[in-house]
Amino acid sequence: MAAADELAFHEFEEASSLLAETPDAATTSGRGQLAPQGHVAVEVDSGGIYGSEEAEESDKTALLQEEKQQPGFWTFSYYQSFFDVDTSQVLDRIRGSLLPRPGHNFVRHHLRNRPDLYGPFWICATLAFVLAITGNLTLVLAQRRDPSIHYSPQFHKVTVAGVTIYCYVWLVPLALWGFLRWRKGVRERMGPYTFLETVCIYGYSLFVFIPTVVLWLIPVPWLQWLFGVMALVLSAASLVFTLWPVVREDTRLVAAVLLSTVVLLHALLAVGCKFYFFQPLPLEHLAPPAQATSLPANLLLPPTSRPKAT
Amino acid sequence: MAKAAESSGDPGTTTPRPLFAGLSDISISQDIPVEGEITIPMRSQIQEFDSSTLNESVQNTIMRDLKAVGKKFMHVLYPRKSNTLLRDWDLWGPLILCVTLALMLQRSSVDSEKDGGPQFAEVFVIVWFGAVTITLNSKLLGGNISFFQSLCVLGYCILPLTVAMLVCRLVLLAEPGPVNFMVRLFVVIVMFAWSIVASTAFLADSQPPNRKALAIYPVFLFYFVISWMILTFTPQ
Repeated sequence: MAAADELAFHEFEEASSLLAETPDAATTSGRGQLAPQGHVAVEVDSGGIYGSEEAEESDKTALLQEEKQQPGFWTFSYYQSFFDVDTSQVLDRIRGSLLPRPGHNFVRHHLRNRPDLYGPFWICATLAFVLAITGNLTLVLAQRRDPSIHYSPQFHKVTVAGVTIYCYVWLVPLALWGFLRWRKGVRERMGPYTFLETVCIYGYSLFVFIPTVVLWLIPVPWLQWLFGVMALVLSAASLVFTLWPVVREDTRLVAAVLLSTVVLLHALLAVGCKFYFFQPLPLEHLAPPAQATSLPANLLLPPTSRPKAT
Repeated sequence: MAKAAESSGDPGTTTPRPLFAGLSDISISQDIPVEGEITIPMRSQIQEFDSSTLNESVQNTIMRDLKAVGKKFMHVLYPRKSNTLLRDWDLWGPLILCVTLALMLQRSSVDSEKDGGPQFAEVFVIVWFGAVTITLNSKLLGGNISFFQSLCVLGYCILPLTVAMLVCRLVLLAEPGPVNFMVRLFVVIVMFAWSIVASTAFLADSQPPNRKALAIYPVFLFYFVISWMILTFTPQ
């Protein structure tokens, strides 16, 4: 049973971090002072064990909150708390996002409710640069094959890639978090994730695109689509499996719409990147058109009528 | 003090005397000097040094700074574990290197095509904001290096890549072809590795041991992007 499993799991956490954050660790991380303690305690996943000790717990929690002053957001140490990860932890989180499993909640098992900003920030930076660089490389390789294509470094694509990826990883989790908080009343069992945890989920789920983008260098169209679809499935699966426990309490309609919107946005990002950064290549000597069942028509256009990148 | 205690204290007496009771018996003779000057030799030297830099000629000032910058260049080219870059940091070297690199990398003003190489400002921004971001990252991860020391190290370690840019520019004067590209690729890769080794030698010690890789990876990304800009440079 998931509840008992999570109870047993929490008991092995450090006592101070458990008590300083509320028993329901899903809602408080760096912003513990914002959520009123009593209100959050009602939504605790556990019913039985913590219920009888709630009075003592809240006393201890209040005491510890006074001792461990949360640093204000203008101090440096507030932001340092978001980078409190080791190399092994970051690698473990990346591995967890690469191999999503249905029962394995990314936030509970890998983040352990201690989200970090290091992973999302540097994964986004890497992805933006890798997109621009490999997009440029495909142009180089294309020019080798067909000297009529004009090569240029296309430096503005770095800016476009950076802005797109960072907006995606910050604005979409913001919308999702806002929506989940708005629907909080419907749920009894599980509180919504904090904003940082949502950002973490999205950030780490983008990691699988980095090797995919590098593999898109191979100028075989159906292979590119295959890699793209595989990456999209893995990434969207990790998102869906993480969001499912939060969303299943809701009505079926809302859950279905939410999950499909999440997957759709993710797919849009992947396809948009593919088309913008990887211009369609001259395909006269590559895979025969009959095999390309899923290729849209504009991939087979001759070079002269390609839209110029702006 | 000791003498007074001995004279007043009597080992043979049985009655205990209060502490410091014999102080009143001491008479200070006028011969003992109780005032004078305390001179610290260092302080006077430093004062002389300060006033002399104000009075020295401009040429001396410039030569001294240039020598400091040149010494740091040598430390970058032959990286050993030394504290010179960290102890006397300065930002002149990084500024000179960044401006040189940006001037060489910018696309010519004749070429008004939108998708060309980077502008001067783009290179400048990438170098300085990249360095600031890496420094913030290493401080947030708990490194104990100061902000400007880290900027100084990252800026100075661009030197190998600037040399690579010069070499690439010269090589591009020859006829284009695959050999041309191979030579440039080789030079850029070697200089990239040199930059990484140099900056790691200076920066790695300041990080907690279980986070070294987390702090070094952004440095790798930074120099990789700069190397990419150098490699894809095409004169119009």
